[in-house]
Amino acid sequence: MTQPNLKSRNHFLFKRISKISLEIFAIILLLAFFFPFFLVIVNAAKPLNEIILRPMSFPSDWLSIIDNITEILGRTNVDYFKSFFNSIIITSTSLIAIGVFSGMAAWVLVRTKTKYSFWIFMFFLAGMVIPFQVVMLPLTRLLQTLKNLTGIPFKDTYYGVVMAYIGFGAPLSIFLFHGFIKSIPIDIEEAAIIDGCTKSQVFFKVVLPILKPIFVTLLVLNGMWIWNDYLLPVLIIGLGGDTKTLPLSVANLAGFYDKEWGLILTSVLMAALPILILFFFAQKHIIKGMTSGAIK
Amino acid sequence: MGCQMEYTLNKNKNKGSVGKRITLFFVTIVIVLFIPLYTLIKMIGKSVNSNFLNFEKYKSKNFILDYIVSSWLSDKDKAQSNRIFVFFLFPALFTFILFVFVPFVQGLYLSMTDWDGLNTGRENFVGLLNYQSIFSDIRFLFSFSRTIVYSILNIVVINLVAFLLALLVTQNLKLKNIYRAGFFMPNLIGGLVLGYIWQFIFNKAFVTFGGAFATSLLTNGNTALFALIGVVTWQYAGYIMMIYIAAIQNIPQDLVEASTIDGANAFQRLRTITLPLVAQAFTVAMFLTLVTSFKQFDTVVSLTQGGPATLMPQWFADLFGVDSNVAVQSTSLVAMNIYNTAFQNYELGIGQSKAIVFFIFLLIISLLQVYFNKRKEIEL
Repeated sequence: MTQPNLKSRNHFLFKRISKISLEIFAIILLLAFFFPFFLVIVNAAKPLNEIILRPMSFPSDWLSIIDNITEILGRTNVDYFKSFFNSIIITSTSLIAIGVFSGMAAWVLVRTKTKYSFWIFMFFLAGMVIPFQVVMLPLTRLLQTLKNLTGIPFKDTYYGVVMAYIGFGAPLSIFLFHGFIKSIPIDIEEAAIIDGCTKSQVFFKVVLPILKPIFVTLLVLNGMWIWNDYLLPVLIIGLGGDTKTLPLSVANLAGFYDKEWGLILTSVLMAALPILILFFFAQKHIIKGMTSGAIK
Repeated sequence: MGCQMEYTLNKNKNKGSVGKRITLFFVTIVIVLFIPLYTLIKMIGKSVNSNFLNFEKYKSKNFILDYIVSSWLSDKDKAQSNRIFVFFLFPALFTFILFVFVPFVQGLYLSMTDWDGLNTGRENFVGLLNYQSIFSDIRFLFSFSRTIVYSILNIVVINLVAFLLALLVTQNLKLKNIYRAGFFMPNLIGGLVLGYIWQFIFNKAFVTFGGAFATSLLTNGNTALFALIGVVTWQYAGYIMMIYIAAIQNIPQDLVEASTIDGANAFQRLRTITLPLVAQAFTVAMFLTLVTSFKQFDTVVSLTQGGPATLMPQWFADLFGVDSNVAVQSTSLVAMNIYNTAFQNYELGIGQSKAIVFFIFLLIISLLQVYFNKRKEIEL
């Protein structure tokens, strides 16, 4: 038996210590990141005077969060259940519509090899660089004009908002689908046609299932954008609209000069909670979706 | 308000027939616009391509009808794929044209009018007057310069924090998955909601610390901008971190091992292996942070409402040779300036021309950024 090498033992010890201190550092950093959430939860359970006096401490009575919640549910300008429902409807319909319609468009653009499909694809790509700010003012006017011409109200309706999201979401989605579909061998589709599929069946029964991974990526990317979006809803729906979404409700409550912080923080909590719960269950998909979407 | 009233009146008048109108609308669009247009383009393309001088074809009286039947309505493969092409492309292309392309083109014209938002269709064409006026509008210039300062600081801070976080959580720590998810979490919550949270923290919670925090950071123009950068970093760094993590994990492990055996220390490894190999991620992350910084709107609305109002800095007034006795909004970034021009001052024409200047600037800057980063990538 030989004595263990002193130098390597020291080295080993040094490595261990540095690793532990790194771990501790990361934990402290994480707690610092969570500090705002902590403040929200703690202060959501306080009446206003207690918030002003002791914003950093734990609430004296956790149950006053229930008072705050019932107060919010009673506010007509917040209309929590309705705007929650609206958010769900608008987000889910837009997500499915963007996914399916862009998939369809991307598929025919890849599989029809003409110069039209090339230029239409380029046309979509050009749409990716246009920021919403450039389009927003004429858009409000266009929707008004459309209503005067056809009698269809596009503002403050589900289909109006969903169509707007399809229009703004299509370029990126078509771009991602286009890249993915190009890598699918065409033999599969030809085999399906020989087996008696019509062309649309080929897409819905053969191609769409293959697109699943990129579909999930797009669900995450577009979902985060649409659920949290403020500028487009405030223009197309308006703060007092029938189909107002959750961010608009929070803005309604918090937009006043005289701030009822207890209620605002409770409503913030109630608006953020659904997506945090979703994140808890679908963490892997969400992180993967957002990252891979960005890199392509 | 006038629009609103008219709107409710019309809504009641048309009750019940909206569904029918929508169907009619779409059917009309498809029949009247899309199919003939497509057919026409195809026909022109055909005649230009090959048989432009072949008059035999045109002798038949029912040439157009024949063409439509053979390329749209028959059972032939060609007709089928034509139909599929149009019907599959239609939803995405139609909404894209209606909601993005048409407003964009309309916006180019409207930016040259004195449009005031009443949508009477009676606005006057004023040429480039709006563009002239926004470049002599000192508040807009100030807002623009604030946006540039904000964006530069923001890009640097976010990327630095995100990269350091990424290095930290790729160190084979025990709870690394929890750290990753935790740092990512602020990004799930929308900018508007986040802004309210932080407004509370700056105005109500931090002030109890006393000292430098005794007066809220949001009451001073410069510290408010730094506060905004802090909030956006808190929100966005976790997302950018994920991009760096993906890049760092793609580094071949044998390369790292080889360098360790060769005696490279951690810093040397970082400089010669990690940095060059994540250069592509830098391009992506820089692009994302650049675009989101310039477009920043939600968080400003809820955090500061563009304020606090201050007097214009002397050096800025001197630079443009104007009186410094002008009140300016110190965190009113371009996106917000555009919004306020349109919906507070009801100068939608001017707002639109600001938007177009903003768009062109953003386009040039982001193209330059990607171009230079790509060149750097090759050098590294």
